[in-house]
Amino acid sequence: MTTLRVTKPGLRATLQDEGRQHSQHLGLAPGGVADLHAWHWANKLLDNPPHGACVEVLLGQFEAIAEGSLSIAVTGASTQACINGEAVGNWQTHHLSKGDRLTLTETKSGLINYIAVSGGWQGDTFCNSRSMTPREGLAGFTVIGEDTTLTAAREAGHPKRFVPAHFIPDYTSPLVLRVVPSYQYHCFDNAAKAAFTQQLYAVSDRIDRMGYRLSGPALDVPNIQLLSEGIALGAVQVPADGQPIVLLNDRQTIGGYPKIGTVAALDCSKLSQRGPGTDVRFAFADLADIQGERMIFEAFFAQTGWTDDGKLIWR
Amino acid sequence: MIVEAVGENGLLIRFGEEMDEALTPYILHVRNAIAAQLGHWVTDLIPAYTTLLCLYDVRKVDFRRMRNAVQAVVNEAADPASDIDGTGRLVELPVYYAAEVGADLQAVAQRAELSIEETIERHSQRTYRVFAMGFSPGFAFMGSVDPHIATPRKDTPRDRVPAGSVGIANRQTAVYPSVSPGGWNLIGRCPYRLFSMDTLSLLQTGDRVRFRPIDRDAFLDAGGEL
Repeated sequence: MTTLRVTKPGLRATLQDEGRQHSQHLGLAPGGVADLHAWHWANKLLDNPPHGACVEVLLGQFEAIAEGSLSIAVTGASTQACINGEAVGNWQTHHLSKGDRLTLTETKSGLINYIAVSGGWQGDTFCNSRSMTPREGLAGFTVIGEDTTLTAAREAGHPKRFVPAHFIPDYTSPLVLRVVPSYQYHCFDNAAKAAFTQQLYAVSDRIDRMGYRLSGPALDVPNIQLLSEGIALGAVQVPADGQPIVLLNDRQTIGGYPKIGTVAALDCSKLSQRGPGTDVRFAFADLADIQGERMIFEAFFAQTGWTDDGKLIWR
Repeated sequence: MIVEAVGENGLLIRFGEEMDEALTPYILHVRNAIAAQLGHWVTDLIPAYTTLLCLYDVRKVDFRRMRNAVQAVVNEAADPASDIDGTGRLVELPVYYAAEVGADLQAVAQRAELSIEETIERHSQRTYRVFAMGFSPGFAFMGSVDPHIATPRKDTPRDRVPAGSVGIANRQTAVYPSVSPGGWNLIGRCPYRLFSMDTLSLLQTGDRVRFRPIDRDAFLDAGGEL
């Protein structure tokens, strides 16, 4: 088996796949990749199964040494990837030979990179997932540490491939988070709903895989007592201080704060690439539009394949 | 019952507005019916006090089809002829009630104008129902606590509550499965592990729970840590 030894995990590196299913009723956070777009492309470049586990690196400064022959792909944030000190591009496949050193610099735009390996990274599963949820402190499923050895499913052996340029996102572009009205939407008064969509919010420095706290003009919070209820990805919770929190993959499974709606999963992915100080807006959106877009997104990755000369076509 | 969309892959079923012990078996009955009939589309079913959140796989089914299917299951399950078993599993948890493991025991007793012994008796004489799981893996929200010893959450949560701690927050009680921050009033400690990666959660929504007072020696013998 071929392995990659992590020598510097950076601020935080975790292994992520689709996350845990059928276990939230026990209080386990689902976990799973923060950015579906970059993660899907990392796997796509290597013909991996759509649920393949990738290394999710926060803010770059990652370093690892190949202990065998590996095919990898790096996607996500703008970082300079280097192999043995030589600059290589992101959003494409690379070959690592035994002893090669892969490094990522600090990120210039975006926060998160994915490192995929052909066949997906192996290792233990818990509730059918390899996702690490640092907050829960589950043994073996917290973070990738210094000297963690990651095992690849397969040896190297993939042709050179590139993600077509128009699929590579600009993580500095203005971000509008589309929100499907749900939960306590009807309890918020009209002024609060208007303010929510008309005002500019900034990503605060209180952000992690659990949720993104935004800062901006305080919303009037409905004066209601709520019993905790199950929380979906992207739920926008508004606590007493009126500052919205977008709940993400490592969220608590139930919660009792008023929620004005639910951000589209693909917009949660975009948000996860934005750092403190970034301006964001909210816009209410129609469920059918959001769901249609997500279904096309999933179908694209499920139904496309590479030709011998490196073109991506619908099968 | 109201079935409403939450986000692009969720349906929230509302069974009522008030905390009510009779609701829990009913929610679980519907949960089981959805799991049995629509399990191929469902990715998670999260019951709570008055709701059931049903998450589904958008690669397999869209909102309209899923809602209609869930609505049909709900309607069928609402048939008064359905056989709902309201008893739930009974789980007994030993608890060492003492100031050395329950930093707020004295304060809870004082607030209730009861002796320590009476406070312990009030807490351990009831059979509680698990209304919901959440907060952390294996954390069970149970109710309802005797109104005399119901005590609001602490204004300032503790940074570190030891695993096994038994706490009260208003009319709810719970055992902390792992070390975590927490604002509940701590009155004792249970020697059992409420969550492990092998056996997962000791408690599940719908279980009935009784606390059995034990002394210091029995607590230590059962593996409890001070």
